[in-house]
Amino acid sequence: MNIHEYQAKQLFDQYSVPSPKGKVASTPEEAAAAAEEFAGSKLVIKAQVHAGGRGKGHFKNGFQGGVHLIDSPAQAAEFAGKMLDETLVTVQTGEAGRLVRKVMVAEAVDITHEYYLSILMDRATCRPVIVASTEGGMSIEDVAHDTPEKIIRQFVHPLLGLQGYEIRKLAAALGLSGDFAKQFGKLLKNLYKLFIACDCSMLEINPLVTTPDGRVLALDAKFGFDDNALYRHPDIVEMRDTEEEDPREVAASEYDLNYIGLDGNIACLVNGAGLAMATMDIIKHYGGEPANFLDVGGGASKEQVAAAFKIILGDANVKGILINIFGGIMDCNVIAEGVVAAAKETGLPLPLVVRLEGNNVEAGKATLAESGLNIVTADSMADGAQKIVQAVS
Amino acid sequence: MAILIDENTKVLIQGITGSFGGRHAKLSLDYGTQVVAGVTPGKGGQTFEDKVPVFDTVSQAVAETGATASAIFVPPPFAADAILEAVDAGVDLVVAITEGIPVMDMMRVKEAMKGSKSRLIGPNCPGVVTPGTGEKSHGGCRIGIAPGYIHQRGNVGVVSRSGTLTYEAVYQLTTLGYGQSTCVGIGGDPINGTSHLDTLKMFNDDPETEAIIMIGEIGGNAEAEAARWAKDHCKKPICGFIAGATAPPGRRMGHAGAIVGGDEDTADAKKKILAECGIAVAETPSDMATTLLERWGK
Repeated sequence: MNIHEYQAKQLFDQYSVPSPKGKVASTPEEAAAAAEEFAGSKLVIKAQVHAGGRGKGHFKNGFQGGVHLIDSPAQAAEFAGKMLDETLVTVQTGEAGRLVRKVMVAEAVDITHEYYLSILMDRATCRPVIVASTEGGMSIEDVAHDTPEKIIRQFVHPLLGLQGYEIRKLAAALGLSGDFAKQFGKLLKNLYKLFIACDCSMLEINPLVTTPDGRVLALDAKFGFDDNALYRHPDIVEMRDTEEEDPREVAASEYDLNYIGLDGNIACLVNGAGLAMATMDIIKHYGGEPANFLDVGGGASKEQVAAAFKIILGDANVKGILINIFGGIMDCNVIAEGVVAAAKETGLPLPLVVRLEGNNVEAGKATLAESGLNIVTADSMADGAQKIVQAVS
Repeated sequence: MAILIDENTKVLIQGITGSFGGRHAKLSLDYGTQVVAGVTPGKGGQTFEDKVPVFDTVSQAVAETGATASAIFVPPPFAADAILEAVDAGVDLVVAITEGIPVMDMMRVKEAMKGSKSRLIGPNCPGVVTPGTGEKSHGGCRIGIAPGYIHQRGNVGVVSRSGTLTYEAVYQLTTLGYGQSTCVGIGGDPINGTSHLDTLKMFNDDPETEAIIMIGEIGGNAEAEAARWAKDHCKKPICGFIAGATAPPGRRMGHAGAIVGGDEDTADAKKKILAECGIAVAETPSDMATTLLERWGK
């Protein structure tokens, strides 16, 4: 789940992690009011979409750039008018672009130095790790690759939490002293609190900056949340903006299906995450391109299978479907009935290959055979993948 | 022999009165597994299927029945507590089937378990099966949600992060006439109790296990760690499979742990490391058993 820049700022404010002054606006009037409130500071107006490359993007109405410096409330209103309810296209949005519903008016800060700071859950050690670097404002992957000695890591004890000496060590390693070290310490302490309290999987600030007027500020933020823990964070779930997500994935989530859209033309419907990944792989192995990852789970119902089928068919790129079910406990006939019902409802416009194995498989195969539909059955994953690749080529 | 569990293992089930736990408790009983107790707080005194006593706490269940293994079917918000309760009661093997436990909860559980005698398998896993010698492997020990009937008693150890891929491998082996010593689903979460490496070490020490299938996926470095150990220490033939070659980076592929973060945890990088460590890598999931048999010289 992703959140908007202004929502990240809200979380920072809530946990006292200092960031530039800023306010979100849904109308030109609100943008002007925000600019008025921050009068005296250098200001910037930013389109709020879940995609990078906003500054270099363009609007479909011809307006250039999703990030602009502004020098008056009137200009804030003017630019907001050109961005709001308009579609912004950036390198990350694709040609379709994203509709801008909100803008943020924020203080544009002068920068003395840019740092990198993040907290991640480290799988190998099963504990949070703080990653910091003096080389901020650029891709941390490049820093790690070119100058690994400039990446500083501090592991944190899962039960004790972040200790004072750990903060002091990090500040010293970043070359921060005096008041900057003190401010950094406070910021990191609060950031760690936020990381734990909100069940984050990742929290990245790039860049963290020092300013000529003596402040330490988080200039940008990227949040990753643990999906498993969202049940205990209704306030964060509230931040979800489904308008920013792939509509197919939104539809799938309504039926508790794990769906991820890809670019290929062979759709797959599988039970179990590992088998679903492996099914995509075997399609590719035999020369096809998977259109999606779709795991209907271990206990899929007839309704879920039918919903999954419709989501698949909603993808215009899809030229064929492979269903791969290993019904260990799950009844293969339930799956077969779901497939037949959905296929009849949609008229089955595409080639469909079904590989069923496991519990009550004979009844499932009979249901498919007696349906009168043009369903090709397969004996193994390899057989199924080869048949569907051939059918779409 | 086998590893972790055998036909004599006494199993208790936490969450036995829930629909999920109850259904699989029944299937384990049908398989011939010694399910000796159930635990559901507030339901102590009831009897499951007219033969399995239900207790309020794990400690009571252990004291009364001598259970040494527990399967956890408790919903995610209460699962960490359930695992710690089993550990506190001195259960040797705790198998957490529950999917969707917050990572922070597992981080704390893992740290709290340090120094205890209990081993945790999972969470978010299909469980552990040591097949029996009866028809369709009846009489074995089945802890979790795997289909017992696809197994056959034999000499191949199977370890995997994925449930359905484990079944796929087991089915391929059984169809070709090769049984399994023990099949261990270690789970698809980023923080789990038992790793590929832990399981490989147990298979290596088990005289009944003659060959091993290790199934992994994108994300983390657990498969690479296991392969590097196997290179110098494991004398038994191993077939490896890694799922997720076509997964886009940065997306969680169903399993919370299945996400490509860097260069090292892609499927290709892992396959390369496995091959360099002398493991026979199955090119497709359909070839897991045949690739093993070829390396095994069968």
